[in-house]
Amino acid sequence: MTTSTSTSTSTRLTPDQLDALGAEMDAIRQRVLADLGEADADYIHGVVRLQRRLEVAGRALFYLPPAWPVAVAALSVSKILDNMEIGHNVMHGQYDWMGEPGLSSRMYEWDNVCPSEQWKYSHNYIHHTFTNVLGKDRDIGYGILRMDEDQPWHPYYLGNPVYALLLMVFFEWGVAMHDLEVENIVAGRRTLADNKALHAGIMRKVRRQALKDYLLFPALTGPLFPLTLAGNATANLVRNVWAFNIIFCGHFPAGVATFSEEECRDESRGHWYYRQLRGSANIDGGRLFHLMTGNLSFQVEHHLFPDLPARRYPEISGEVKEICERYGLPYNTGPLGKQLVSVARKICRLALPDRRRAQQPAAQAQPAAA
Amino acid sequence: MRLVSAVLRSRAVAALASPHGVDRYLEQVNPLWAAHEVRGRVVEVRPETTGVHPVTTLTVQPTSTWRGHRAGQHVQVGVDLPGARRATRCFSLSSAASAPGERFTLTVRAHDDTDERTSLSRHLATRARPGDLLHLSQAGGDFTMHASPATPTPHPLLLVSGGSGITPVMSMLRTLLRDGYDGRANRPVTFLHYARSPQEQIYAEELAAVARFDNHVDVHLVHTARGGTRFSPAALARLVPGFRDTDTWVCGPTALVDAVAAAYDGSARLRVEHFKAPATAAGAGPAQGETSFTRSGLGATNTGETLLAQAEALGLRPETGCRMGICFTCTSRKTSGTVRDVVTGEESSRPDEDVRICVSAPVGDCSVDL
Ligand code: FES
Repeated sequence: MTTSTSTSTSTRLTPDQLDALGAEMDAIRQRVLADLGEADADYIHGVVRLQRRLEVAGRALFYLPPAWPVAVAALSVSKILDNMEIGHNVMHGQYDWMGEPGLSSRMYEWDNVCPSEQWKYSHNYIHHTFTNVLGKDRDIGYGILRMDEDQPWHPYYLGNPVYALLLMVFFEWGVAMHDLEVENIVAGRRTLADNKALHAGIMRKVRRQALKDYLLFPALTGPLFPLTLAGNATANLVRNVWAFNIIFCGHFPAGVATFSEEECRDESRGHWYYRQLRGSANIDGGRLFHLMTGNLSFQVEHHLFPDLPARRYPEISGEVKEICERYGLPYNTGPLGKQLVSVARKICRLALPDRRRAQQPAAQAQPAAA
Repeated sequence: MRLVSAVLRSRAVAALASPHGVDRYLEQVNPLWAAHEVRGRVVEVRPETTGVHPVTTLTVQPTSTWRGHRAGQHVQVGVDLPGARRATRCFSLSSAASAPGERFTLTVRAHDDTDERTSLSRHLATRARPGDLLHLSQAGGDFTMHASPATPTPHPLLLVSGGSGITPVMSMLRTLLRDGYDGRANRPVTFLHYARSPQEQIYAEELAAVARFDNHVDVHLVHTARGGTRFSPAALARLVPGFRDTDTWVCGPTALVDAVAAAYDGSARLRVEHFKAPATAAGAGPAQGETSFTRSGLGATNTGETLLAQAEALGLRPETGCRMGICFTCTSRKTSGTVRDVVTGEESSRPDEDVRICVSAPVGDCSVDL
């Protein structure tokens, strides 16, 4: 049974235990690294082939108005694969060892309004290094939502469920704006000038994305322009809703721990693994489901080993689970429905001031992010 | 065909194929279709010599994107080696100058495999088969012959080479002869080549034929292991009196190139090209060798620390994020040498590979593009 308190205490493992845990994790990592080869290359090439075919098929089927729903479905799946199993994973450097420019973390650009360069900074570096460290990991609530009890309540957060809904619908835009740190500008911690270069990059990418999905491809279908436009917009929406839900289920269900900056000062490699393990959650499902989530349904394994090809997560999850049992650590997982309900609950509950805290105001001495 | 490629290269098509680019779609249909990239198919494999370091000539049919080459230029060749790892190396083109889209040849000497991995040159020289796919760059380099055979002048030419350095000068000789250069041009050519033994002499038959014909080409093959005299200014002066005032191209091992350069004493008539011997791993043990950062021109004795630490010690400020090998922010191009992953202990010697400098320490000499 996982607990529902969100703040962790790393006192549950001694430094020696943490070191041992780190060594076990490192061993898994090295074993997989040594085994990388043909099978991994064939897999990612296969996914890319599937994605390209679905994309071409989707675009082509818009010429056949009765096939509109099929076209939208093909394009939606193509965009989901592009962003999740290919884009997200390639940009983590999971396939850099192949030396193939088309699959290199340095060169890959994804079908998303957020420029890959900026996303790699906010995601690979900030989020994956400071996972669930309050005030450091800006993925906690994306600067908009209250996703943790240690974020002090403010009447603004009464709108939490509404903001979450909006973020879900416009997720790719939310991710693109994420880097602008608008909340820090409002709070006066960042100036508009700091955003100039970022802004230019985002606008360039936005223009390209919008041009192709909302102008060129619809125009190519001539009189079917409005239908194609609506189809492309729908595909983007489907991708947004799907990505948002998978990502929120990976980070915010009950039982996921957050950490304070003090706890993580000069942390050991073992503690880093411990924090990754406690800061993420999995979603159960079948092979197709895992493909569609970019294997982020193995968010725990992904956070432990962000640069290992994601197709390896299922095979190492058994071992990770076994290690968790031995160290008495929770291994957070559950079916999609359960994790979704848990996340939705948290979003609604945190919209209101915390009851326990309200009764004991002395307890909120924790520093926290706005 | 011209129209098709013009369309494929147009901005409109680029906008439609954004963000992946046209070639990422074309390659799914046929790897020899490309709008921007260059690829090639091996169409013929001809062994030149046998022995421990066999030499093979490969005839390559490039994509229509190949812009052709001038005699003396080289090309980057990328090959997917066993284990799905692509390696890239530079080879001189050995055939006469090519026109856009035209076939060319590469002559490759097999070097030894390193650290349990296949060496690219050995793979090409001993295992390449007709039908194999090569990833290419456009031809580059300015070790070219700018005197055109179409405008003969009475100035003599001198081509000096050693070992594998014969390929670019052979390309020059072949270009001259193909383009109608003959005895009437009244412009003597001296072709001087140093090989260890007749068994290691490549293009022997062709050179014998060239020597036989009346074309004002003097061929001198020196076999050093058979008592042939090594290069000396006096010996050269006997062959080509006043060589310092003769248009000369020299390519070969550093020792030969240096000796020739010394004999020319700064004469502008001499053009040199070093033929780079493959970097050898220095093996484990205490740190040794030089660490060089090529873009900034800085370098120092290898301290055995990570490349990042060594770069920062020299005052460089490469981009970094996590500094622990997970975010790929610090990824830089290692152009030569061997690095050891400080986390996994794995060593890697591939030339031109992307490494995370925060977790890579050089083993022996190492150059990084920073
Ligand atoms: S700085 Fe993050 S991988 Fe090197």
